[in-house]
Amino acid sequence: MIQIINLNKSFGDNHVLKNMNLNIEDGITTVVIGRSGCGKSVLLKHIIGILKPDSGQVIVDGQDVSKLSAKELNKLRLNFGMIFQGAALFDSLTVYENVGFNLIEHTDLDSQTIARRVKESMALVGLKGIEDLRPAELSGGMKKRVGLARAICMSPKLILYDEPTTGVDPILADAINDLIKDLHDKLKVTSIVVTHDMVSAYKVGDKISMLYDGKIIETSAPEKIKNTTNPVVKQFITGAAEGPITSRETNE
Amino acid sequence: MNHNITKTIGMRFQNLFLYIGGATLLFIKTLLVAFTPPLKVRHILQQMRKTGVDSLPIVFLTSLFTGMVLALQSAYQMQRISAQIYIASLVALSITRELGPVLTGLVVAGRVGASITAELGTMKVTEQIDALETLAANPVKYLVVPRFLALLIMLPLLTLYADCIGIFGGYIVGVFKLNLSPSIYMNMTTNPLQLKDVFTGLFKSGVFAIIISIIGCHEGFRTTGGAEGVGRSTTSSVVIAFILIIAADCFFTALFYFIGR
Ligand SMILES: Nc1ncnc2c1ncn2[C@@H]1O[C@H](COP(=O)(O)OP(=O)(O)OP(=O)(O)O)[C@@H](O)[C@H]1O
Ligand SMILES: [Mg+2]
Repeated sequence: MIQIINLNKSFGDNHVLKNMNLNIEDGITTVVIGRSGCGKSVLLKHIIGILKPDSGQVIVDGQDVSKLSAKELNKLRLNFGMIFQGAALFDSLTVYENVGFNLIEHTDLDSQTIARRVKESMALVGLKGIEDLRPAELSGGMKKRVGLARAICMSPKLILYDEPTTGVDPILADAINDLIKDLHDKLKVTSIVVTHDMVSAYKVGDKISMLYDGKIIETSAPEKIKNTTNPVVKQFITGAAEGPITSRETNE
Repeated sequence: MNHNITKTIGMRFQNLFLYIGGATLLFIKTLLVAFTPPLKVRHILQQMRKTGVDSLPIVFLTSLFTGMVLALQSAYQMQRISAQIYIASLVALSITRELGPVLTGLVVAGRVGASITAELGTMKVTEQIDALETLAANPVKYLVVPRFLALLIMLPLLTLYADCIGIFGGYIVGVFKLNLSPSIYMNMTTNPLQLKDVFTGLFKSGVFAIIISIIGCHEGFRTTGGAEGVGRSTTSSVVIAFILIIAADCFFTALFYFIGR
């Protein structure tokens, strides 16, 4: 269970999250949708403790993330997997060392076991035979999948996906959606998926929350959100150019 | 108007103190985790090759030419008072006490400090440092400590190497151009030279190693704003390291001078 309570975050004059509240239940997939630049990545970084709130709390399993010591935070993070928007693979390491990073750094497993687990994770995201390449030699979609493999290699309980399907072709996007669903169905992981790809949102989400103007303005099940009465949410999910979001932005 | 000026000056000072505080904090953090196991020996060795071994050619060239120039320049003055023979001592002392450590420090700051900042800065703007944290790895332990220790070991060794090459440069000029006898030249080199002279130089190069690695990493970590930002912080990393190296050199030269008396 993750509770986000009155979370505020500003960068200079840019007030990104404004008294934001959100509850994320265990074992389900919560999709967070919102416009580009509305603070979705910032939200994920608060959950995993890379960014510290200006005020408010992020509570994971009863602990306030911003109050944990470095050691406790690392312990928590070993149960987390995060897929970065830009993959964020380590340039200086091979694909193998990237995917197996946690196993190599934080476990005493022998190299055969590590090799096997790396191979399994890579197979799950549909990759093989690229273990010895460097990230610079991969295509954007491959990087994304290597990032995914790295995040799931330690079998985390909570996975944070930052736009897992942007920048990959539709077939691959669907395969990634299936993978997110699979991980959820088989391993009962809790997932938070940040996206503006509505196809993906409907497919993987048990709940969809919309982040707008620094707050969550609606949380509902995918079928329900399609019939939403909130005009802002309606404009976003139908992708209309005219509506309250755009008229507000032109007024500003 | 006046108010604005005071405000800008105030901001400048505030930023300066924030910078010094940030760099000092990084230094302390580095010391704290540097010697807690597991030591990443493989990473340290890799960095030692990158910072030390790969710097040998450029250090060779700079110190060789410096030794030669020093000998020629002093010959111009010494010949007037017919004291050419002291050229050897002058070269030996200037190189080991001052020019060896300082020039090596500056060359390495330009070559290695810049590449540390560029690498860590790129990692910062591509979120690799964030990723490192989410994988429960401490960026200081993982990135700073190997570079810090490698420089701390390699810069004094490079300095020792520069000392030898610089003296050799002076020897070439002294023996082949100024026709001093080789044995006398070597005598005049080793006679006035005390272990103390070499050690003060090496001590300084240790301080320079700390400056280069900490400023390089600190600048890398505070990089923002894409490729342009990486360029900016690489420049300031080199500039700040240069200034601090020269300032520290001045400070320690004065200190050793007064202690030595
Ligand atoms: N480290 C930072 N320093 C300064 N400003 C930042 C930082 N990170 C994010 N921001 C700002 O916060 C706002 C939200 O950024 P964020 O990356 O969360 O957007 P997003 O919702 O993920 O957008 P996208 O869908 O395009 O990824 C942006 O205006 C951005 O400029
Ligand atoms: Mg984002």
